[in-house]
Amino acid sequence: MTKTEMIKVDKLSKSFGQLQVLKDCSLTVRQGEVVVICGPSGSGKSTFVKCINGIEEFQDGQVTIDGVSLGFRGREAAKMRARIGMVFQHFELYPHLTVLENICLAPIHVLKRTRDEAEARARKLLNRVGLADKESVYPAQLSGGQQQRIAIVRALAMDPVAMLFDEPTSALDPEMIGEVLAVMLELAREGMTMIVVTHEMGFAKAAADRMVFMDKGSIIEIGETKRFFEAPNSERARLFLSRILAH
Amino acid sequence: MSSFDLSAISNSLPFLLEGLALSLMLTAVAMAGGLILGLLIAILRLSRLRLIAGLAALYVNGFRAVPLILVIFWFYFLVPLALGRPVGALYSVLVAFVMFEGAYYSEIMRAGLQSVRSGQWQAAKASGLSYLQTVRLVALPQALRKMAPLMVTQGVILFQDTALVYVVSLNDFMTSVTIVANNTNRPVEMYVFAALVYLLICLTGNAVASSLKHVRAIA
Repeated sequence: MTKTEMIKVDKLSKSFGQLQVLKDCSLTVRQGEVVVICGPSGSGKSTFVKCINGIEEFQDGQVTIDGVSLGFRGREAAKMRARIGMVFQHFELYPHLTVLENICLAPIHVLKRTRDEAEARARKLLNRVGLADKESVYPAQLSGGQQQRIAIVRALAMDPVAMLFDEPTSALDPEMIGEVLAVMLELAREGMTMIVVTHEMGFAKAAADRMVFMDKGSIIEIGETKRFFEAPNSERARLFLSRILAH
Repeated sequence: MSSFDLSAISNSLPFLLEGLALSLMLTAVAMAGGLILGLLIAILRLSRLRLIAGLAALYVNGFRAVPLILVIFWFYFLVPLALGRPVGALYSVLVAFVMFEGAYYSEIMRAGLQSVRSGQWQAAKASGLSYLQTVRLVALPQALRKMAPLMVTQGVILFQDTALVYVVSLNDFMTSVTIVANNTNRPVEMYVFAALVYLLICLTGNAVASSLKHVRAIA
């Protein structure tokens, strides 16, 4: 592989007081690669991705994005965070702003784009996810699937070098999961670097280059997707897969 | 004593209106100043720096521990001392009210800011917004919508509290009513009138508060 390392996590550890939630987690993601993180609930998957863009602080280890080391405070840290798009389980659209205002907020205030520039870009992206007609409505008037697609657009409007997804379909009604996964699959095919925490193993098989299995705050194994599903190395991953794929 | 006589009110209407104007002005200034000061203190109180948060808490608890009448006295005697020249009752009272209301409004604001879901703060942080940008663009607009009814209610209480300025010889609405009641020997009429005015202000405030609740439900 000659592609550059986009995200490099080195021996990341995090505790809340006595409780250690992440232990020596290391992961390197190359440009254009899609990595899916799976594991039982409470295994630290969400905390791990939130550490990657620094919205959760960690005590030990290092995260490097596109060759630059990540900090927590100050303008430089904020600039770094702005380069990584993040999609949350509960969408987290701003309820007091319209769809268009939601998408344009950070481009205008962080990237200092003009309103016209930001809106033009936002409309283009809205068009791509089939929600061009929703630009002036408020999030509460949209379905969960629509809100999550808007949230993806909001992240993409910052022209990120990579995207993090924290269980993007877990809060959705089953009939809406497909529309969100479709957008993510398209992104993956376009070559976006992505780290996705999800239980959607169908998506993982279709989109992921590599799988990461986490349990109890540690990365248990990392493997090529096909091999991971056919023959996981660890007993814990085998058990997890048998449970999750049984139904 | 003859029957209910409204001439006492109509004859001294200009004087009463002057008192009402002072009360309304005090309320408006204290609300505006208290909101700005309250916001500032709320942000300081939510600071990660313990010393700053502690000082802000001290301010809030200090002002909430003492009665407003004491604060009015303090500033009446303290502000001229600090400045080295007399400033007059009105200015010292304005300062007292703004400082006092700032403490109460900061508690309302703090509750409002803290009620904004942590995911909202995370989303704003993830997009590269700074802490102050997050407060201004994301958290505060949501907090204000939620807290607007409470702030209006606090304003109504504040209007009633302006009656305390009589202690530094200012003629607010209530003081004017008392003066007219004594001069005309018509206490029943005057105090009924005063109660009606207070009721009207209170009902208006409540109407504004509930319409703000409605606005919040939409957005």
